[in-house]
Parts: sequence; C-alpha cells; structure tokens
Amino acid sequence: MPPKASDDDPEKARRFREAALPHLDDAYTLARYLLRNAADAEDAVQECYLRAFRHFDSYRGPAMKPWLFAILRNVCRAEYARRATTPTSAIEDVPESAEQTPLWHEAPETPEAQLQRHWDSDTIRRLVAALAEPFRETFVLREIQNLSYREIAEVADVPVGTVMSRLARARAMLRSAWLAEEEQQK
Amino acid sequence: MTCDEAEVLLHALIDGELDAGHAREVESHIAGCPRCAAAIRDYREMGKAIAEAGVGYTAPAALRQRIEAALPQPRQAPDRRAVLRGFAMGSAVSALAATGLVAIVLRQNDFERIQSEVVSAHLRSLQAGHLTDVVSTDQHTVKPWFNGKLDVSPPVIDLTAQGFTLIGGRLDYVDARAIGAVVYKRRQHVINLFVSQTSSTERRAAKIETIQGFNIRHWSDRGLNYWAVSDLAKDELADFGERFESAMRAAG
Repeated sequence: MPPKASDDDPEKARRFREAALPHLDDAYTLARYLLRNAADAEDAVQECYLRAFRHFDSYRGPAMKPWLFAILRNVCRAEYARRATTPTSAIEDVPESAEQTPLWHEAPETPEAQLQRHWDSDTIRRLVAALAEPFRETFVLREIQNLSYREIAEVADVPVGTVMSRLARARAMLRSAWLAEEEQQK
Repeated sequence: MTCDEAEVLLHALIDGELDAGHAREVESHIAGCPRCAAAIRDYREMGKAIAEAGVGYTAPAALRQRIEAALPQPRQAPDRRAVLRGFAMGSAVSALAATGLVAIVLRQNDFERIQSEVVSAHLRSLQAGHLTDVVSTDQHTVKPWFNGKLDVSPPVIDLTAQGFTLIGGRLDYVDARAIGAVVYKRRQHVINLFVSQTSSTERRAAKIETIQGFNIRHWSDRGLNYWAVSDLAKDELADFGERFESAMRAAG
C-alpha cells in the first residue's frame, strides 16, 4: 500500500487534484525520459505527487507544471543516487568537461547532409533516450514539454545560460544521431 | 557574429526566446553562413518531426488510481456534521433556531461545493475529449436531444449572431445528479452552461466569481439555476450571460 498523504484536508485535496492531476501525463513523460524505465517512472511520479501535495500550501503559482517538474526532478535525482550505489548502475555520468566541448565537433562538416526523414515515435524516443543527462533533461523540457528557458532554468536549478548551452549541445547531438540513423537506413 | 555564438543563439531564435536585436544578428549570420543555415534548418525539421510523431507517454491508469487513493478523499459536506455536533453538545440555542441556522450553513456550503463541482465538470469536459454528446449548431437539434434524459431540459438558445457559437450539448453530473450542459464557443474558448432545476422560482441576479482560474457566472430565473463556466475574461462571460438572459426574456 502506498503511504497515505499525511494532510487530511479534503478541500486542499480537491484543489490539488484540480491543479495537479491534469499534468499527470506530462509528469509521467518527463519521468520516463529521465529514468528510462517505466516502473521507476511510475514510482517517481507517485512520490512526486505525494510530495507536491504535502507542499501544496507553499505553492504560489503561477505555473503548476514547472513547479511539479522541479519536485519530480528531485525525486528522479534521488533515484539516480540510489542506482549509483547499486552494482548494476546504468546511468552514465557526464564529465563536467562535456559541457565545455565545442559544439562544432558534433555537427556534420558537410551542409549537404541534410536531415530529411521523419521518424516514427519509437525511433525518436530511442534517439532522445540515448542523449546523456543533463542534455536529455533540458531537451525534453524544451522540445516535448514546451517550457520556456526561464522555466527550465527553475526546474533544473541552473542559470538560463546553462540551459541555452545544454539545449544547443542536446540538439547538436540529436542531429548527429538522427543523420547517422538516416545513413544506416539507406 | 561568429559561428560559435550563432551555434548557441540560433536555438533561442528557434524557440522564440531572442530579443529583436539579437534575432536580426543571428539571422544575418545565418544568411551568410551555409553551415549554420543547415543547422537551423535541421533543428527546425527535428522539432517539427518530434511534434508530429507525438513522443509523450500516457500515465498508466493504475498510477492515477494509486495517486488518487493516497490523497485524502473528498467527504460529503464535512461542515454539516461539525455544525450538528456543535449543537448536539449542549448548545443553548433552541431547536428551532438551530434548525434555521443549520439550513443557512448548509445552503452556503452546498452552494460553494456545487460551484466547485461545476468547475470540475467544466475541466473534465475539456480534458476527456468528451465535450459534447450531441454535436450541433442547431438549437432545434440540441434541445430535443435533452428531452427524456433529464427532469428538466435546459433552454437552448442560438447566440451565434451575438458571437457565441452553439456547438452542442452534454449530460454531466453535478451534486450527484444528472445535469444538462449546453456548450458554446467564443473563438477558441469553451463555455459550458450548466442548467439545473431549483425549488425557488425567484430570480437571482447574476454573480461572477473566479474559481481555479475559471470565471463562473451564476444566476437563477424561473425555477432554473444557471452556471456559465469558461476561461473567457470576466467581461466577455458577463456579456454572454446578459445576452442569454435577454434572449430568454425575448422568448417569453
């Protein structure tokens, strides 16, 4: 049995339901991309909603989605930490230096190699899932969740400049992977 | 502008996050740089492909149920019991006065609860892809559809000429009872007009409130309670209500 949320206030629960439950699919989507595992994503989203409910009194708006995402991200980070201590750790760590690598190493040198193919959703999901954290996180928040740079900065707790460089790197890496996929399919 | 700068800033251009001055600079760099031009073209293609493919996930129903189960459940008018308990515990108020007081408290509570249920019903109608049971812009189709489904069929009035398009009707549940909802649209904004029977025939003037970010205009007339709910601005929703009421008066 899941733990009951401690705060037994039906009116608060009603307001919380109306404000937070409409974002359940989005939260689950983010957790799937962050954790790359359906069962862990379910656990993380459930934990996120219970925490969010407990802290709902401190929620001042305006946007519910980034607020939920910030909580969800913290839950997911705790899950990374747990995985890191287990021998079967599957999460690769990105060295700090990766964020400083110049972008143009990623981009193809020939402009003629133009991206053309529209992949099915499974292929795109696989390509996005292959991105290293934290580029995957930034990319998903922007491209799939449609958050603004400022909202992403709040969720990920980094400056907007970092959001911009991560997004640039993420898109450059995805573009390379995308073009490589096209090359394979030829 | 160098390629290194453009490599980062062109994303902000794609995402509409760049101010006009920088946008012009990036655009003029791209115009003269085939490599950056190819990059931005590809990124836009990628964004389009991702949006078209639909790469989100749907939360499993079991997850939704587990979260629901972990939240405190809504109780039926919790204050009702608290008030009664208060009187049961040796209040000096006479039984008659107590009854009257309870009635007042209940009406107030019920009103607020129903109001919030109406907003929930509005939200549900937007989320579930279940906005209308009968789709028609013709009041003579929508009106008879309600007959036999409800104790009282809601009046269906065509306000298209006034800028509110009738798009259909729906059966909904509010206060544990089936209730008729007539659905209108103004631009992209949905208006749900919930109509239920009331024992009082007195006319109650309209009141507009904001609940959970939605505006709700409530009024009563000729034995019917009306709630118009929408994310429309207050003045536009007020306009809707006034036009509806005056059309009702005109219809006799």
